[in-house]
Order: sequence, then C-alpha cells, then structure tokens
Amino acid sequence: MKKRKIVEEIIFRILTGIASYSLIVILCLIIIIIFIKGFNALSLDMIIKTPKGGYYYGGEGGVLNAIVGSLYIAFGATLIAILIGMPAALYINVHLVRYRRTQNTIRYFIDALWGIPSIVYGAFGFTLMLFLGMSASLLAGIITVALLITPIVIRTFDEVLSTIPKGLHEASLALGSTRAEMAFKVMFKQGFSGFITAVLLAFGRGIGDAASVLFTAGYTDLVPTNLDEPAATLPLAIFFQLGSPIPEVRERAYASAAILTIIILISSLTARFFSQKYSKSNLK
Amino acid sequence: MEIKISETMIEQLIKTPEIKLNKQDSILRIKNLNVYAGNHHILKNINLEIPKNKITVLLGPSGCGKTTLLKSINKLTDLYLELKVSGQIYIENDDILNTIKNIPLIRQKMGLLSQKPYPLPVSIYKNVAYGIKLKGIKDKKLIDYNVEKKLREVGLWNEVKDRLNYSADNLSIGQQQRLCLARGLAVKPLIILADEPTSSLDPVSSKIIDNLFRELKKHYTIILVTHILRQAQRLADNIVFMNYGEIIEQGNPDEVFKNTKTSHMKEYMVEGN
Repeated sequence: MKKRKIVEEIIFRILTGIASYSLIVILCLIIIIIFIKGFNALSLDMIIKTPKGGYYYGGEGGVLNAIVGSLYIAFGATLIAILIGMPAALYINVHLVRYRRTQNTIRYFIDALWGIPSIVYGAFGFTLMLFLGMSASLLAGIITVALLITPIVIRTFDEVLSTIPKGLHEASLALGSTRAEMAFKVMFKQGFSGFITAVLLAFGRGIGDAASVLFTAGYTDLVPTNLDEPAATLPLAIFFQLGSPIPEVRERAYASAAILTIIILISSLTARFFSQKYSKSNLK
Repeated sequence: MEIKISETMIEQLIKTPEIKLNKQDSILRIKNLNVYAGNHHILKNINLEIPKNKITVLLGPSGCGKTTLLKSINKLTDLYLELKVSGQIYIENDDILNTIKNIPLIRQKMGLLSQKPYPLPVSIYKNVAYGIKLKGIKDKKLIDYNVEKKLREVGLWNEVKDRLNYSADNLSIGQQQRLCLARGLAVKPLIILADEPTSSLDPVSSKIIDNLFRELKKHYTIILVTHILRQAQRLADNIVFMNYGEIIEQGNPDEVFKNTKTSHMKEYMVEGN
C-alpha cells in the first residue's frame, strides 16, 4: 500500500511536470522557428522603412507602416478599454457588492462577450462603420479592437477585485470613506497588480488580432497620420506576406512575426516590472 | 402670586434629573433592535445602553449575534443585502438607523477594530493619515502631528518612526492591529468598536491591546466583542451576555459574574474557566 502511494506520487509529479514544462518548450519553439525562418529578412530596414514599390515581390522597404499602425490601434484600444473597463470592474465590486445576483448576471454577459470570436467583432465593427458613414480607418480599427478587449480588462480586473477580503471594505467604510473613495483609494490600489495584468492581456490580444481589423482598419503602405486614414497592422502584414509565392517575402512574414513577438514580450516585461514595483508590499 | 403645583409637575421634577443623568451617562442607546437574515432571526429585540468612557464587553458563544450587533452600530450591515435591520440606535440623540444624515460622517463617530487587521494598501504613514485627510484636513504639518500623536497613543511610534513610508504589510500582525487602532483613532471617534481584536494575536500582542484599552477608555467609549471569558473579566466595566441573538444578562461584572442567573451563562462560565 505504501509502495503504491509512492509510485502514485512519482507518476503524478512527472505528469504535472511534463504539462508545465511542455508549455515553456512550445513557447521557445515558436520563438526559435520564427527567428530562424525570418532571420535572413530581419534588418534595420524592416523596422524603419515603409514598403516601397514592388515590396511584395521582393523589392525594397520594411513594415514600419504595420508596426506603427498596430501600436496606434493597440494603444488606442487599450486606452478605451481601460476607461470603460476600470470603472466597470470597480462598480461591480464596490456598488454591487450587496447584489450578488446582479453581479453574476453582469459577469455572465461579459464572459459571453469575451467568448465571441474576433471575426464577429470585425463584422460588427464593419456594420457599425457603414452605419456611421465611416470608411476603413484607424479610428474604426481602434473602436473595434476596443470592443474586443474591453471584456478582457473588466473580467481580469474584476477577478482580482473580487478576491479582496470584505474586511478591507468594512475597514475603509468604517473610517468614513464614501464608496468612490473606497473604490479609488483602497480597492484600485489593492488590486493594482491585477489591473496591470488585465491591461497587458488586453494589449497583447489587441495588437495580435487580425480578424477584427481586416475590414475595419483596412491596409495601407503609408504610416497613418490621421484617425480617418486607413492603417496597416502587423498581423495582416504577416498574413499578406505569408501567402506570397516568393520565398524572400515569406521570410519577411516571419521577420514581421518576430517583430510582433518582440513587441509583446517588451510590453509583458514592462508590465511585470511595474506590477512588481507597485505591488502591495512595495506601495509607499 | 400663587403658584399651583400639581402632582404631575412634582413627578416631572423628580424624574427630570434622572433622565438627564441617563443621557449623560450613556453614549449609545439601542431600542428594539431586530435583525433578520432571510427567515433567520439573528438579533431579537435588543435594548441596550452603552455607558460613556467605559468598556462594555459583549460576551457570548460564537454565532450568538455579537458581531452582527457591532456591525449594526456602524451600519456595516448595509453591505449585506440579506440583513434586514429594524429598531433605533441613538448616538448623541441621532437615530442612525433611520437618519437621512451623511452615513460616512456617522461612521466616523466610531472606530472599528476587526478580528484580523486590515491595513490599507499604502504606507504606514498614509494608513493613519487616510482618515485625517477624509476629515478635510489638508495642512501637512497638522497631519504629521496627528499621525505621530495617534501612533504614540497606541505605542507604535518608536517601532515605526524610521519606516513610516514602508508598506504596512511589512509589520507584524500585532503591530498591524495597533496601526489599525491608530488609524481608527485618527478620525476622532467617540466609540471604539472592537470585534475580537486579539483573536489572531499572540499572547504578548494581546496583552498590549488589552492594556491600551484600559488607557483609551479615559477618552473613548469601548465596545468589545469577545468570547474569551478571561478577557471579559479583565477588562469589562459593563458586561452584556448574549445567547441565540438575545441579551440574557447584563450589568456590572461583579454582579453578573458572582450572581449569574441564567443556566446558559453559568454553563459558559464553567467551560470558560
């Protein structure tokens, strides 16, 4: 009996270990393959030049248009998602704290929104765009991606806020805080590292999504200078280049993927740095 | 001139000083307080007067309604939809249960100390300054002065004066509890509501809190919830024994402990000792 337990323990440990480490291996494989395949095409030109004539047939240029377009869309959409998502998550956890049923209903709807595929958001954004008389543009792209990522900000931040003990609610109310003071001075600070995670997740999803921007942001070889101009994005740049029959262009697709991955890794590291710097035990 | 004195006037003359005395002595009066959670009757017709500058101990077994009574006093019952509260609670002659006055201001008349310390997610300094700022005080020197004063009152100043800007999370649990007390005192309450404040502390930290209460009762009224009989015997000036949501004995601790009337409390005292 004792021996069986020891064997069980060993098998369980091996299986859970494999499951955990295989994820790290997969991430490393993805990064390695992208970098190997795109290595020849990775150059300074890729990130500082826009596509010149004949770029998609192997001509000169880079994907600056898509890098800038993607950053504009992701930052704009994340900003909107924070402006809507942060108060919404605080509302659910501060004002609705007595109303369990309403809380759960709202959470159910937000979960449903999170689950909607991004192509559906793209189609919805496209319809909205036509309804408002807009053409494919940076603004339309930002609004559509914001719709896609706002539920992520709300639910992720909400998850963290909902774990804050009720004793802290009571303590801050007992001191004479209003609910708004409690929300911003206590709850937001307490859940700050979770808020950073929420923003990071949303930013990553927003910058990496192709389907939502396909019809709404359009595509252009120019760097957008205005909200009503179309904007290129990295996922679409990868998509168009990867479909090319010319090997050099396909290499550039991998190089573009590498650039996108680097942007996401940088944002992830920055967020991690800030979330640790402002974590509860370091707050001043 | 002839003055006619009726019987009722004499009665009133005799009664008036007594009423005045009562009002001066008690800082908080609870009348016919009932609390329901769904069909469950948690507090049953509570009538209670809390004497000023004394330690009133709410004693009783777990689940007897002590904490609910404490939460009703500063309206934290508002956080729980399932709780239905009726009756009157008078603080300085304001019925706080049925008032239209600003609830945060009413809550500032009471400082809360809970079972576990919940420091705010900011520095030690800001924890104490928080309540002072809520009172509208913006002058930095005045805030500094008050922070130091309150930290001294709870005997924490010397332990934390060199790390005021560090997170309150880094303090030991006993220090955190004293910080929460200082934070509560900073809003200048009339009453301190303490809900088993030493239950998560080690004996040394518990003793510090007990001694603090003895000092603090000179300036504040303290309502202490506990199920520890010895703590009640050490600290109480006034004992309220509760069982199943009812007050079954109350009064001076010497009387209550020596001449225990009810079997529930007798049993509790035997087990507690």
